[in-house]
Amino acid sequence: MPAIVAKDLSFTYAGGDKPSMEHVNLSIDKGEFVILTGPSGCGKTTFCRCLNGLIPNFYAGDLQGKLRIDDIDVKGKSTAELATHIGFVFQNPENQLFSLSVERDVAFGLENLGVPREEALKRVEWAMQATGILALRKKAPYELSGGQQQRAAIAGVLAMRPSVIVLDEPTSFLDPKSAEEIVAVIAKLNRELNLTTLLVEHRLDVVSRFANRVVVMDKGEVVLDGPPDEIYSDQARLIGIGLPRVTMLFHLLRLDGFPVTKNPTTVEQAADELKRMLNP
Amino acid sequence: MIAVENVTFNYPGGPEVLHNLNLRINDGEFVAIMGENGAGKTTLVKMFNGLLKPVQGRVLVDGVETREKSVAQLSRNVGLIFQNPDHQLFAETVSEELAFSLRNFGFKEEVIQRQVTNLLTALDLERYATSSPFVLSGGERKRVALAAILVWDPKHVIMDEPTIGQDYLQKDRLRNFIMQLESQEKTVVIVTHDVEFVAECKPRVILLSQGRVIGDGPAVEILTNRHLIDQSSLVMPQIASLMNRLKELDAPPGIIDAYSAREFLKNRLRNVISTRPPPER
Repeated sequence: MPAIVAKDLSFTYAGGDKPSMEHVNLSIDKGEFVILTGPSGCGKTTFCRCLNGLIPNFYAGDLQGKLRIDDIDVKGKSTAELATHIGFVFQNPENQLFSLSVERDVAFGLENLGVPREEALKRVEWAMQATGILALRKKAPYELSGGQQQRAAIAGVLAMRPSVIVLDEPTSFLDPKSAEEIVAVIAKLNRELNLTTLLVEHRLDVVSRFANRVVVMDKGEVVLDGPPDEIYSDQARLIGIGLPRVTMLFHLLRLDGFPVTKNPTTVEQAADELKRMLNP
Repeated sequence: MIAVENVTFNYPGGPEVLHNLNLRINDGEFVAIMGENGAGKTTLVKMFNGLLKPVQGRVLVDGVETREKSVAQLSRNVGLIFQNPDHQLFAETVSEELAFSLRNFGFKEEVIQRQVTNLLTALDLERYATSSPFVLSGGERKRVALAAILVWDPKHVIMDEPTIGQDYLQKDRLRNFIMQLESQEKTVVIVTHDVEFVAECKPRVILLSQGRVIGDGPAVEILTNRHLIDQSSLVMPQIASLMNRLKELDAPPGIIDAYSAREFLKNRLRNVISTRPPPER
């Protein structure tokens, strides 16, 4: 059963003169790890706002088409009702954490849902374990590093046991090492919990090795959808997608007229391919 | 010139964030300050326009100690663009946002109008002149924040994490824009985690870790130094890692971006392809 199905989904913000998202058709299966990317203003944020009900509950406008999560029609559901089906992690963990201890922050969503104490404690413990922050439970969020804060934000979402998690550029405020660690945590949760994962990201260098599917939006529409090595095409480059630099190098060599047949998406693949080309 | 001399700093009641720091940034230099989350990068650049004053030691901007001047006086020469544009923006329209500081500095209305128009054009913001900054996307708000500082033409331009939330094309534009500032002999200092952006721009890199300078040199040296990279939670640029895996090619040092790798590989591939026997028929 697909976890997310969008059919002909379009949205125009109130006062907007054209749709910010047009005829989006997308089906994401349970347990898939999908990267959603595209230049600024391509409609990816608008799509995410539909997923958690911020559109149309908070942002007014004209919403057309169908959107189902866990086979539930999103239309008419409140953001709170959707929270147990779909969890959100934002760019800046500081905007998501505010309690006096990590533990209380992770428990916050559950308290709001009125989950019984025993059950809540169990889930909080489990979520902190899964994200590797159990040892930090008594610390104040401001005492944590950026990477640890983002883990705490993910744990808070995880504790709600959503079947889908959406992460909106979760690494942009992190140093590169912490960014790699966070993406590895996300990939592990996806694998071990079969958690459907939609990762919105510009930094394809960091995430490409983990995803088997990349969706590219441009001017409000889904324009490319497939495995990274197929998606990182000339079309993707011309739209202005930040291709991994090794992929970019192969594009440049192809433009120079060399018989480049592959689109390596990681350093390892690029090294192997160059060795092959240089030692025919 | 910006000179940091024996500077130690802690926030009131907090631990020491900067430890006896020394560095010099010359006029017209392009510098990237890099390092792990919490290394003290933002604290350091807030010293440059006097927002923070050292607890010990001193900071000199163009020979004047920052303790002796107000933030407003220092800001005339040192423009600091915050990481989060929402800490900076407040006006009702983008044009107003740009004009605000110029009015404060007492510029003539005709100069104000001309400068506002220039900056809106330079940063691709003309179509938003009468929009509220708060209806724009995160990336666009960052450009407005940059324009609102550059509009008064400060001599030293300091940008905290300018590439966050910018897509590839906007980063390319930002790179060109920084080159323009360089050609106007402005000092440009960026605080950034973005190793690929730095690998393409190749500024001088000052590496901070836990409040100390642990590395200072050209990007090609710092970003290929495994020891320094690990110490400061950075990663090597992809192309530098690629060249490391292709040691047998004996590539010259300093290939850290796709364009220089292309130039090097073009020659190598041409040798192979021209010496390859024609395919059998």
